Amino acid sequence: MIGIEHYIVVSAILFVLGVLGIFLNRKNIIVILMAIELILLSVNLQLVAFSAFLGDLVGQVFAMFVLTVAAGEAAVGLAILVIYFRGRGTIAVDDVDRLKG
Amino acid sequence: MDYATSFYFTATEIGLSLCGLALLLVAGWQGNKSARMVTIISVAALFGAAIFSIGLFDRATGEVAGRAFGDLYRADAFGSFAKVLIYVAAAAVLIVTPRFFERIDAYRAEYPVLMLFNAVGMGMMVSATDLMTLYIGLEMSSLSSYVLASFLRNDERSSEAGLKYFVLGALASGIILYGVSLVYGFTGSTNYAGIRAAFEASFSTGALFGVVFVLAGLAFKISAVPFHMWTPDVYEGAPTPVTAFFASAPKVAAMGMLLRMAMDPFGGEADAWRQIVIFAALASIVVGALGAIGQQNLKRLLAYSSINNVGFIMIGLAAATPGGVAGALTYLAIYVAMTIGSFTALLMLRAPDGTNLETFADISGLSTKRPALAWSLLALMFSLAGIPPLFGFWGKFVVFQAAVQADLVALAAIGIAASVIGAFYYLKFIKVMFFDEPTREVEATSPVSHWVVLGICVAIMSPLGYLLTVPLGEWTAQAAASFVAAM
Repeated sequence: MIGIEHYIVVSAILFVLGVLGIFLNRKNIIVILMAIELILLSVNLQLVAFSAFLGDLVGQVFAMFVLTVAAGEAAVGLAILVIYFRGRGTIAVDDVDRLKG
Repeated sequence: MDYATSFYFTATEIGLSLCGLALLLVAGWQGNKSARMVTIISVAALFGAAIFSIGLFDRATGEVAGRAFGDLYRADAFGSFAKVLIYVAAAAVLIVTPRFFERIDAYRAEYPVLMLFNAVGMGMMVSATDLMTLYIGLEMSSLSSYVLASFLRNDERSSEAGLKYFVLGALASGIILYGVSLVYGFTGSTNYAGIRAAFEASFSTGALFGVVFVLAGLAFKISAVPFHMWTPDVYEGAPTPVTAFFASAPKVAAMGMLLRMAMDPFGGEADAWRQIVIFAALASIVVGALGAIGQQNLKRLLAYSSINNVGFIMIGLAAATPGGVAGALTYLAIYVAMTIGSFTALLMLRAPDGTNLETFADISGLSTKRPALAWSLLALMFSLAGIPPLFGFWGKFVVFQAAVQADLVALAAIGIAASVIGAFYYLKFIKVMFFDEPTREVEATSPVSHWVVLGICVAIMSPLGYLLTVPLGEWTAQAAASFVAAM
């Protein structure tokens, strides 16, 4: 029987993978955008699972909002990535170093 | 709950959204030649929204408590106070913005529109009493901030700042959202009142995890240590007026959101989050002060200074009393005036060929060429350091007073000791501006609009500002009382 704990564990794993994807990734920024999407999807999974578990629709409505915002976020992120690429000609993570720190 | 009441309480957000949409059409139709007109209308709209919020300040207390749309949103005295600060700060930044971009022919009509949408999001952040409203407001403000940070499309530093801000901001939103989903799952409600009631019944480990995630994400947004790494880079790379904006209005919004969350839904579990807040406050004060010492770039230095100031504001939150909230709000109001003043002074520093002067080497010997500007900058820096005759001292005084009254004497003592470190790099300003030899040519005149904004900020920071202590005390006390009424 698959219970609520399994959903929580899966979304926790997805969330951790997303965070690691941002910090450990040394290749390119597209991967970071994918990692951000993974974090939002893990949250969505958790919201829908809780919603079904609690028998409360609010979680599913929330998941809809998160999906919408995720689309907007991806659009803005890709737009910024495009102007960055135009200026620098690279999207490798290690090259993002004009500002020290 | 009728719609008329709901619309009345959310009128500033609805009004600013409609205004922003209409101006977006104007900007699309007329192109960049409408930029100046769109800016003026946006400033007027922001001031109008601020005046309307002042009007709501007294109306929305008591039984009604300004609840709108089934308690998704609450227009209380706290929200009104924060919103007045946010709108006025955004309007002040918009006033000093156009000159900066017009020199390099990069001003566009979208800029004021993005500021309006950002202001709508920030207003929702401070007034949200439901996790859903909170998330939408937060994202609305964040998404337009990412675009603003990379506004100088052809400037590599600006687009890099936008990219860094986007990645770390999106991560912070993800962390908040993960915490929110845990809180929802373990309490069965996204409403603040519902969460509070559920926490009082039982506070499980899962809910504790949720609270910690939410607080960590919010610490990111207010750039508190240990989540401050993005601040110096983004502040340095973003165009100076945008940096002025980031350091003022969104700080108020994120801090307001944090104060409301900590005091309202998580208010019953103050012991669970107080340790985290105390650690973040002290770490921010120390890291902000130490990090600023070696900086040569003034925007980077002001970034560390804002990290430092956020630490002092969090001392007010650590007290977790109405007095602490009132102290934090007082500090925020003073901090906004100081920050906008310092960045306006920075915007006024230009070489005759139009390049921006933003390092210590550029301002050496400033007092011989622009004495009024040098003295204004000095007053603002001393005020940021909290040197007594200036008004910045009052902000530190009220938060420390609240901490002592809440029996956090050790926290207050360490905070005061650490604020002495901060005085060191502000003193560097005197040495460089007044005793070093001038190296760079500085433009001799500045636009009137810049002088007006700088003049108002310096007047508030001067000892004249103490005339404000009584009304400021009353307003912040009333704002803090709105949490007690909500409980």
